[in-house]
Amino acid sequence: MSDKPILEVRHLSKNFDANGVLKDVSFAMKEGEVIVVVGPSGCGKSTLLRCINGLERPDGGEILLDGQRIDTGADLVQVRRQVGMVFQSYDLFPHMDVLGNLTLGPVQALKRPKPEVEAEAEQALARVGLAEKAKSLPRQLSGGQKQRVALVRAMLMHPRLLLLDEITAALDPEMVREVLNVVLDLAREGMTMLIVTHEMRFAEAVADRVLFLEGGLVLEEAPPKQFFHHPQTERAQQFLNTFEFDAVR
Amino acid sequence: MQDLAVLFKGNNLARLLGGLGVTLKLSLLSVALSVALGLIVGALMTLKNPVVRAFFRLWLETVRIVPQLVLLFLVYFGLAKAFNIQISGETAAVAVFTFWGAGEMGDLVRGAITSIPVHQRESSAALGLTRGQCWRFVLLPQAARRLVPQAINLATRMIKTTSLVMLIGVVEVLKVGSQIIDAARYDAPQAAVWIYAVVFFLYFLACWPISLVAGRLEKRWA
Repeated sequence: MSDKPILEVRHLSKNFDANGVLKDVSFAMKEGEVIVVVGPSGCGKSTLLRCINGLERPDGGEILLDGQRIDTGADLVQVRRQVGMVFQSYDLFPHMDVLGNLTLGPVQALKRPKPEVEAEAEQALARVGLAEKAKSLPRQLSGGQKQRVALVRAMLMHPRLLLLDEITAALDPEMVREVLNVVLDLAREGMTMLIVTHEMRFAEAVADRVLFLEGGLVLEEAPPKQFFHHPQTERAQQFLNTFEFDAVR
Repeated sequence: MQDLAVLFKGNNLARLLGGLGVTLKLSLLSVALSVALGLIVGALMTLKNPVVRAFFRLWLETVRIVPQLVLLFLVYFGLAKAFNIQISGETAAVAVFTFWGAGEMGDLVRGAITSIPVHQRESSAALGLTRGQCWRFVLLPQAARRLVPQAINLATRMIKTTSLVMLIGVVEVLKVGSQIIDAARYDAPQAAVWIYAVVFFLYFLACWPISLVAGRLEKRWA
């Protein structure tokens, strides 16, 4: 792990976006670090992720990947080849089988030889327990299986940084676990990840650091133990209480 | 059986087949032009420019509201009367059917493209694909799958509607059929049933292969 930040966000702002507004967000992350962003809906979590890989154009501030500005809108394709993203709704390509979904990016965007990518894809599928699904179509898979395929698809691009936008929010509870286990494995392997999630137990398990976002501002930034057990701001306490049903009884 | 014999009298069968040839020529020409133009029109219809949108909207509503027969009369007789432009019935037919087909096909293409969720575009962008690659590998293959059943439906409708062109003097399969019936009216008054049955069968022969191909594509892409 080098000390130079892999990603730096400085005074990022974005107005009038359907997914929430960012007012002034700054943070930096090192290689191999896992940061979990939590906060009430509409607080700008998704917008933050979408700004980082260029799906939204920020209105102010800077985003740097390995010290290079990536928020100018120039060379977005190059940026996205280094910053992977997985969405809530999986978004596999329905007309291609699993292997086709996995190899499209590396073969077309990175121009790698197809047999080599296919071999790597099959290995990666086996690691997430989907070895026998290579020839299946997305609609033949369960939600949890689709999301694992989407994770593998993003990882096969060997991104510098992986963005996960509420990837378990659309899943049945029993499928959440199988997806989160894959993410935990990635964290153990040293993948740099910026994760938006509502799974607080998972957040605590996977995060090196937690960012609490509220109203487009970072209200709290702390290691997970501290944030989840001794939140500093009243707003964070309130937010965490909404997950505690014992408090109601 | 004398009625059925009318079909084989003289060169009647050959004339019917010749009429079918005219029907097929007009249909294929119109369908081919409509598909080619429709792809372009459909792509233009997805643009947000208000002038472009209004133009195509007007076009589409025109071909939907005005009966094809009225359009045929307008082009064939109207042009001759108003501007003294004489065109053949076949030219007028291809022009009208292409005007109709390209408008409707364009709308189908537009629908097929816009019905693809925006997430498909975003997730292919997130994979580092260029815009061109996104269209080629992700959007167009999906649009084509949505388009084929409706395009086939339009094509068969166009083939059937070509029967209208006899009203502007083009002798196609149905017109040949009624000529044969008229000629045999006294000798074989019941011939109409047989002749129309044969015409029905010929239309079926023209449309059935298209439906077969469509069915097969739908099954493969389901």
